[in-house]
Amino acid sequence: PPERKRFYQNVSISQGEGGFEINLDHRKLKTPQAKLFTVPSKALAIAVATEWDSQKDTIKSYTMHLTTLCNTALDNPTQRNKAQLIRAAVKFLETDTVCYRVEEPAALAELQRNEWDPVVTWAEKRYNVAIGSSTSILGPNIPASTKETFISHLASYNIWALQGIEYVITQLKSLILSMGLIDRHITVEKAVLLSRLEEEYQIQRWGNVEWAHDYDLCELRARAAAGTLFVHLCSESSTVKHKLLQD
Amino acid sequence: MAALGSPLRTLRGLLRELRHAGGRAGRPYREMPAYQYVLAAFRAHRVTSEKLCRAQQELHFQAATYLCLLRSVREHAALHQEYHGKGERSPEEVAGLVGFTLPQQPGGKG
Repeated sequence: PPERKRFYQNVSISQGEGGFEINLDHRKLKTPQAKLFTVPSKALAIAVATEWDSQKDTIKSYTMHLTTLCNTALDNPTQRNKAQLIRAAVKFLETDTVCYRVEEPAALAELQRNEWDPVVTWAEKRYNVAIGSSTSILGPNIPASTKETFISHLASYNIWALQGIEYVITQLKSLILSMGLIDRHITVEKAVLLSRLEEEYQIQRWGNVEWAHDYDLCELRARAAAGTLFVHLCSESSTVKHKLLQD
Repeated sequence: MAALGSPLRTLRGLLRELRHAGGRAGRPYREMPAYQYVLAAFRAHRVTSEKLCRAQQELHFQAATYLCLLRSVREHAALHQEYHGKGERSPEEVAGLVGFTLPQQPGGKG
Protein backbone atom coordinates (compact mmCIF):
# COMPACT_ATOMS: atom_id res chain seq x y z
CA PRO A 1 0.00 0.00 0.00
CA PRO A 2 1.29 3.48 -0.81
CA GLU A 3 2.53 5.65 2.07
CA ARG A 4 0.08 8.06 3.65
CA LYS A 5 0.62 11.67 2.70
CA ARG A 6 1.31 14.17 5.45
CA PHE A 7 -2.19 15.41 6.15
CA TYR A 8 -1.46 17.95 8.87
CA GLN A 9 0.27 21.33 9.02
CA ASN A 10 0.97 21.80 12.68
CA VAL A 11 2.11 19.38 15.37
CA SER A 12 1.77 20.35 19.02
CA ILE A 13 1.53 18.70 22.41
CA SER A 14 -1.03 19.37 25.11
CA GLN A 15 -1.61 18.07 28.60
CA GLY A 16 -4.77 16.01 29.08
CA GLU A 17 -6.16 14.06 32.00
CA GLY A 18 -4.15 10.94 31.31
CA GLY A 19 -0.90 12.60 30.35
CA PHE A 20 0.58 14.39 27.35
CA GLU A 21 -1.19 14.17 24.01
CA ILE A 22 -0.08 14.83 20.44
CA ASN A 23 -2.14 17.11 18.22
CA LEU A 24 -1.93 16.92 14.43
CA ASP A 25 -3.68 20.20 13.56
CA HIS A 26 -6.94 19.85 15.50
CA ARG A 27 -6.90 16.03 15.56
CA LYS A 28 -5.63 14.09 18.56
CA LEU A 29 -3.21 11.30 17.69
CA LYS A 30 -4.57 7.81 18.35
CA THR A 31 -2.87 4.42 18.65
CA PRO A 32 -3.36 1.63 16.06
CA GLN A 33 -6.06 0.23 18.36
CA ALA A 34 -7.77 3.64 18.31
CA LYS A 35 -6.93 4.52 21.91
CA LEU A 36 -6.04 8.11 22.73
CA PHE A 37 -2.24 8.49 22.42
CA THR A 38 -1.10 9.61 25.87
CA VAL A 39 2.40 9.55 27.30
CA PRO A 40 3.54 10.11 30.89
CA SER A 41 6.58 12.22 30.07
CA LYS A 42 6.67 15.70 28.56
CA ALA A 43 10.12 15.17 27.06
CA LEU A 44 8.89 11.96 25.43
CA ALA A 45 5.84 13.78 24.04
CA ILE A 46 8.08 16.47 22.56
CA ALA A 47 10.31 13.84 20.94
CA VAL A 48 7.26 12.04 19.49
CA ALA A 49 5.88 15.35 18.21
CA THR A 50 9.25 15.97 16.55
CA GLU A 51 8.98 12.61 14.73
CA TRP A 52 5.58 13.65 13.32
CA ASP A 53 6.80 17.14 12.44
CA SER A 54 9.83 15.65 10.66
CA GLN A 55 7.70 13.88 8.08
CA LYS A 56 7.93 15.65 4.75
CA ASP A 57 5.46 14.70 1.99
CA THR A 58 4.67 11.17 3.09
CA ILE A 59 4.52 9.57 6.52
CA LYS A 60 7.34 7.08 6.88
CA SER A 61 6.27 5.18 9.97
CA TYR A 62 9.38 2.99 9.87
CA THR A 63 11.38 6.08 10.90
CA MET A 64 9.13 6.83 13.88
CA HIS A 65 10.61 4.55 16.51
CA LEU A 66 9.51 6.47 19.60
CA THR A 67 5.92 6.64 18.31
CA THR A 68 6.03 2.89 17.72
CA LEU A 69 7.32 2.22 21.23
CA CYS A 70 4.58 4.36 22.78
CA ASN A 71 1.94 2.58 20.70
CA THR A 72 3.26 -0.77 21.95
CA ALA A 73 3.14 0.43 25.56
CA LEU A 74 -0.41 1.76 25.17
CA ASP A 75 -1.92 -1.08 23.11
CA ASN A 76 0.18 -3.93 24.49
CA PRO A 77 -0.63 -6.05 21.43
CA THR A 78 1.20 -9.10 22.77
CA GLN A 79 -0.81 -8.82 25.99
CA ARG A 80 2.15 -9.27 28.30
CA ASN A 81 2.23 -8.19 31.92
CA LYS A 82 5.29 -7.05 33.88
CA ALA A 83 6.28 -10.56 34.99
CA GLN A 84 6.07 -11.90 31.44
CA LEU A 85 8.16 -9.05 30.04
CA ILE A 86 10.79 -9.60 32.73
CA ARG A 87 10.86 -13.34 32.08
CA ALA A 88 11.29 -12.75 28.32
CA ALA A 89 14.11 -10.29 29.00
CA VAL A 90 16.04 -12.51 31.41
CA LYS A 91 15.59 -15.56 29.19
CA PHE A 92 17.83 -13.83 26.65
CA LEU A 93 20.74 -14.25 29.01
CA GLU A 94 20.88 -17.93 28.05
CA THR A 95 21.77 -16.97 24.49
CA ASP A 96 23.36 -13.61 25.17
CA THR A 97 25.52 -12.53 22.22
CA VAL A 98 28.48 -11.51 24.38
CA CYS A 99 28.55 -14.87 26.15
CA TYR A 100 28.40 -16.99 23.03
CA ARG A 101 31.96 -17.46 21.78
CA VAL A 102 33.55 -19.07 18.75
CA GLU A 103 36.73 -21.08 18.78
CA GLU A 104 37.55 -20.35 15.15
CA PRO A 105 38.77 -18.31 13.40
CA ALA A 106 41.37 -17.44 16.02
CA ALA A 107 41.31 -13.74 15.11
CA LEU A 108 37.56 -13.54 15.74
CA ALA A 109 37.84 -15.51 18.98
CA GLU A 110 40.49 -13.06 20.18
CA LEU A 111 38.39 -10.07 19.10
CA GLN A 112 35.45 -11.45 21.09
CA ARG A 113 37.66 -11.90 24.16
CA ASN A 114 39.09 -8.39 23.88
CA GLU A 115 35.79 -6.64 23.20
CA TRP A 116 33.25 -8.74 25.10
CA ASP A 117 35.14 -9.86 28.25
CA PRO A 118 35.24 -6.30 29.68
CA VAL A 119 31.48 -5.80 29.39
CA VAL A 120 30.73 -9.24 30.88
CA THR A 121 33.09 -8.43 33.76
CA TRP A 122 31.40 -5.07 34.21
CA ALA A 123 27.97 -6.75 34.47
CA GLU A 124 29.27 -9.36 36.93
CA LYS A 125 30.72 -6.66 39.19
CA ARG A 126 27.82 -4.25 38.85
CA TYR A 127 25.18 -6.87 39.69
CA ASN A 128 27.35 -9.10 41.86
CA VAL A 129 26.58 -12.19 39.76
CA ALA A 130 28.39 -14.97 37.92
CA ILE A 131 27.85 -15.02 34.16
CA GLY A 132 30.93 -16.20 32.27
CA SER A 133 31.04 -17.16 28.61
CA SER A 134 31.08 -20.38 26.61
CA THR A 135 32.18 -21.88 23.31
CA SER A 136 29.67 -24.70 23.71
CA ILE A 137 26.80 -24.83 21.24
CA LEU A 138 24.47 -24.86 24.23
CA GLY A 139 25.75 -21.49 25.36
CA PRO A 140 26.74 -20.39 28.84
CA ASN A 141 25.37 -22.04 31.92
CA ILE A 142 23.74 -19.18 33.82
CA PRO A 143 23.24 -19.89 37.55
CA ALA A 144 19.67 -19.55 38.86
CA SER A 145 20.87 -16.95 41.38
CA THR A 146 22.10 -14.76 38.51
CA LYS A 147 18.70 -14.92 36.83
CA GLU A 148 16.99 -14.14 40.14
CA THR A 149 19.15 -11.06 40.58
CA PHE A 150 18.25 -9.71 37.16
CA ILE A 151 14.55 -10.55 37.64
CA SER A 152 14.62 -8.67 40.89
CA HIS A 153 16.45 -5.71 39.38
CA LEU A 154 14.13 -5.41 36.38
CA ALA A 155 11.09 -5.50 38.68
CA SER A 156 12.09 -2.04 39.85
CA TYR A 157 11.18 -0.64 36.41
CA ASN A 158 7.62 0.31 35.49
CA ILE A 159 5.82 -1.47 32.65
CA TRP A 160 6.50 1.21 30.04
CA ALA A 161 10.23 1.13 30.74
CA LEU A 162 10.12 -2.68 30.64
CA GLN A 163 8.58 -2.61 27.15
CA GLY A 164 11.56 -0.48 26.16
CA ILE A 165 14.10 -2.73 27.87
CA GLU A 166 12.68 -5.88 26.27
CA TYR A 167 12.73 -4.10 22.89
CA VAL A 168 16.39 -3.13 23.18
CA ILE A 169 17.32 -6.66 24.27
CA THR A 170 15.52 -8.13 21.25
CA GLN A 171 17.29 -5.73 18.90
CA LEU A 172 20.80 -6.17 20.33
CA LYS A 173 20.30 -9.88 21.08
CA SER A 174 21.92 -9.28 24.45
CA LEU A 175 20.67 -8.60 27.96
CA ILE A 176 24.17 -7.60 29.06
CA LEU A 177 24.67 -5.00 26.33
CA SER A 178 21.19 -3.64 27.02
CA MET A 179 21.92 -3.25 30.73
CA GLY A 180 25.17 -1.58 29.73
CA LEU A 181 23.10 1.00 27.85
CA ILE A 182 20.42 1.40 30.51
CA ASP A 183 23.13 1.89 33.16
CA ARG A 184 24.90 4.40 30.90
CA HIS A 185 28.08 2.31 30.96
CA ILE A 186 28.37 2.28 27.14
CA THR A 187 27.04 4.50 24.36
CA VAL A 188 24.53 3.32 21.75
CA GLU A 189 27.25 3.33 19.08
CA LYS A 190 29.44 1.09 21.24
CA ALA A 191 26.59 -1.26 22.17
CA VAL A 192 25.65 -1.70 18.51
CA LEU A 193 29.28 -2.26 17.55
CA LEU A 194 29.60 -4.95 20.21
CA SER A 195 26.31 -6.51 19.14
CA ARG A 196 27.50 -6.66 15.54
CA LEU A 197 31.06 -7.70 16.33
CA GLU A 198 31.11 -10.68 14.02
CA GLU A 199 29.60 -8.64 11.16
CA GLU A 200 32.22 -5.95 11.72
CA TYR A 201 34.94 -8.60 11.66
CA GLN A 202 33.63 -9.98 8.35
CA ILE A 203 33.32 -6.45 6.94
CA GLN A 204 36.96 -5.77 7.83
CA ARG A 205 37.99 -8.97 6.10
CA TRP A 206 35.77 -8.95 3.05
CA GLY A 207 34.72 -5.35 2.56
CA ASN A 208 31.72 -3.19 3.27
CA VAL A 209 28.50 -3.25 1.23
CA GLU A 210 26.82 0.09 1.85
CA TRP A 211 23.32 -0.84 0.80
CA ALA A 212 23.27 -3.80 3.17
CA HIS A 213 25.79 -3.24 5.96
CA ASP A 214 25.39 0.47 6.56
CA TYR A 215 21.64 0.13 6.12
CA ASP A 216 21.46 -2.49 8.88
CA LEU A 217 23.90 -0.56 11.06
CA CYS A 218 21.88 2.66 10.90
CA GLU A 219 18.64 0.82 11.55
CA LEU A 220 20.01 -0.99 14.59
CA ARG A 221 21.50 2.22 15.97
CA ALA A 222 18.17 4.01 15.50
CA ARG A 223 16.22 1.27 17.25
CA ALA A 224 18.69 0.85 20.13
CA ALA A 225 18.84 4.63 20.62
CA ALA A 226 15.05 4.94 20.56
CA GLY A 227 14.61 2.09 23.05
CA THR A 228 17.23 3.46 25.43
CA LEU A 229 15.85 7.00 25.30
CA PHE A 230 12.35 5.60 25.83
CA VAL A 231 13.44 3.67 28.94
CA HIS A 232 15.20 6.67 30.47
CA LEU A 233 12.36 9.10 29.76
CA CYS A 234 9.83 6.69 31.27
CA SER A 235 12.00 6.19 34.35
CA GLU A 236 12.72 9.81 35.26
CA SER A 237 11.59 10.81 38.74
CA SER A 238 9.36 13.49 37.22
CA THR A 239 7.63 10.76 35.23
CA VAL A 240 7.60 7.79 37.55
CA LYS A 241 4.68 8.74 39.75
CA HIS A 242 2.38 9.11 36.72
CA LYS A 243 -0.93 7.22 36.68
CA LEU A 244 -0.14 5.58 33.32
CA LEU A 245 2.86 3.84 34.85
CA GLN A 246 1.12 2.30 37.84
CA ASP A 247 0.61 -1.45 37.48
CA MET B 1 30.46 5.86 32.66
CA ALA B 2 30.17 5.91 28.88
CA ALA B 3 32.81 7.76 26.86
CA LEU B 4 30.72 10.69 25.61
CA GLY B 5 33.25 13.32 24.64
CA SER B 6 32.56 17.01 24.85
CA PRO B 7 29.05 18.04 26.00
CA LEU B 8 29.26 21.15 23.84
CA ARG B 9 29.92 19.01 20.79
CA THR B 10 26.93 16.81 21.62
CA LEU B 11 24.71 19.86 22.05
CA ARG B 12 25.82 21.36 18.74
CA GLY B 13 25.30 18.06 16.93
CA LEU B 14 21.87 17.63 18.44
CA LEU B 15 20.73 21.14 17.56
CA ARG B 16 22.03 20.64 14.02
CA GLU B 17 20.05 17.40 13.63
CA LEU B 18 16.91 19.08 14.95
CA ARG B 19 17.36 21.88 12.44
CA HIS B 20 17.49 19.33 9.61
CA ALA B 21 14.60 17.33 11.04
CA GLY B 22 12.08 20.18 11.12
CA GLY B 23 9.79 19.23 8.25
CA ARG B 24 7.68 22.27 7.56
CA ALA B 25 9.08 25.36 5.88
CA GLY B 26 8.07 28.75 7.29
CA ARG B 27 8.53 27.96 10.95
CA PRO B 28 11.99 28.90 12.23
CA TYR B 29 13.76 25.93 13.79
CA ARG B 30 14.35 27.91 16.96
CA GLU B 31 10.65 27.63 17.69
CA MET B 32 10.65 23.83 17.59
CA PRO B 33 9.64 22.49 20.99
CA ALA B 34 12.46 19.95 20.92
CA TYR B 35 15.03 22.64 20.10
CA GLN B 36 13.85 24.83 22.96
CA TYR B 37 13.62 21.89 25.36
CA VAL B 38 17.19 20.75 24.68
CA LEU B 39 18.66 24.25 24.98
CA ALA B 40 16.75 24.92 28.21
CA ALA B 41 17.87 21.59 29.71
CA PHE B 42 21.53 22.25 28.91
CA ARG B 43 21.35 25.76 30.31
CA ALA B 44 19.60 24.63 33.47
CA HIS B 45 22.22 21.99 34.17
CA ARG B 46 25.09 23.96 32.72
CA VAL B 47 26.20 20.88 30.83
CA THR B 48 28.89 22.62 28.86
CA SER B 49 31.50 22.99 31.55
CA GLU B 50 34.34 20.52 32.01
CA LYS B 51 33.47 18.88 35.32
CA LEU B 52 30.11 17.15 35.33
CA CYS B 53 28.07 15.96 38.25
CA ARG B 54 25.82 12.91 38.04
CA ALA B 55 22.69 14.75 36.89
CA GLN B 56 24.72 16.50 34.21
CA GLN B 57 26.19 13.20 33.05
CA GLU B 58 22.70 11.70 32.83
CA LEU B 59 21.52 14.62 30.74
CA HIS B 60 24.58 14.40 28.52
CA PHE B 61 23.99 10.67 27.97
CA GLN B 62 20.36 11.33 27.11
CA ALA B 63 21.35 14.06 24.66
CA ALA B 64 23.99 11.84 23.04
CA THR B 65 21.42 9.04 22.72
CA TYR B 66 18.86 11.37 21.13
CA LEU B 67 21.55 12.68 18.78
CA CYS B 68 22.35 9.09 17.78
CA LEU B 69 18.65 8.44 17.15
CA LEU B 70 18.14 11.49 14.93
CA ARG B 71 21.37 10.98 13.02
CA SER B 72 20.79 7.25 12.45
CA VAL B 73 17.19 7.77 11.30
CA ARG B 74 18.35 10.41 8.82
CA GLU B 75 21.19 8.23 7.52
CA HIS B 76 18.95 5.16 7.28
CA ALA B 77 16.28 7.10 5.38
CA ALA B 78 18.93 8.43 2.98
CA LEU B 79 20.24 4.92 2.33
CA HIS B 80 16.70 3.66 1.89
CA GLN B 81 15.97 6.37 -0.64
CA GLU B 82 19.17 5.71 -2.54
CA TYR B 83 19.08 1.93 -2.69
CA HIS B 84 15.58 0.74 -1.90
CA GLY B 85 13.36 3.68 -2.79
CA LYS B 86 12.72 3.00 -6.44
CA GLY B 87 10.26 0.16 -6.04
CA GLU B 88 10.01 -2.86 -8.27
CA ARG B 89 10.64 -2.87 -11.97
CA SER B 90 7.62 -3.50 -14.20
CA PRO B 91 7.50 -6.75 -16.23
CA GLU B 92 8.32 -4.69 -19.35
CA GLU B 93 11.46 -3.29 -17.73
CA VAL B 94 12.58 -6.71 -16.55
CA ALA B 95 12.17 -8.17 -20.00
CA GLY B 96 14.07 -5.21 -21.43
CA LEU B 97 17.01 -5.89 -19.10
CA VAL B 98 17.84 -9.06 -21.02
CA GLY B 99 16.87 -7.77 -24.41
CA PHE B 100 13.37 -9.20 -24.71
CA THR B 101 10.03 -7.54 -25.30
CA LEU B 102 6.83 -8.96 -23.92
CA PRO B 103 4.46 -10.48 -26.49
CA GLN B 104 1.39 -8.51 -27.49
CA GLN B 105 -1.74 -10.34 -26.37
CA PRO B 106 -4.75 -8.39 -27.63
CA GLY B 107 -7.19 -10.89 -26.15
CA GLY B 108 -5.63 -10.72 -22.71
CA LYS B 109 -3.65 -13.49 -21.00
CA GLY B 110 -4.49 -17.04 -22.05
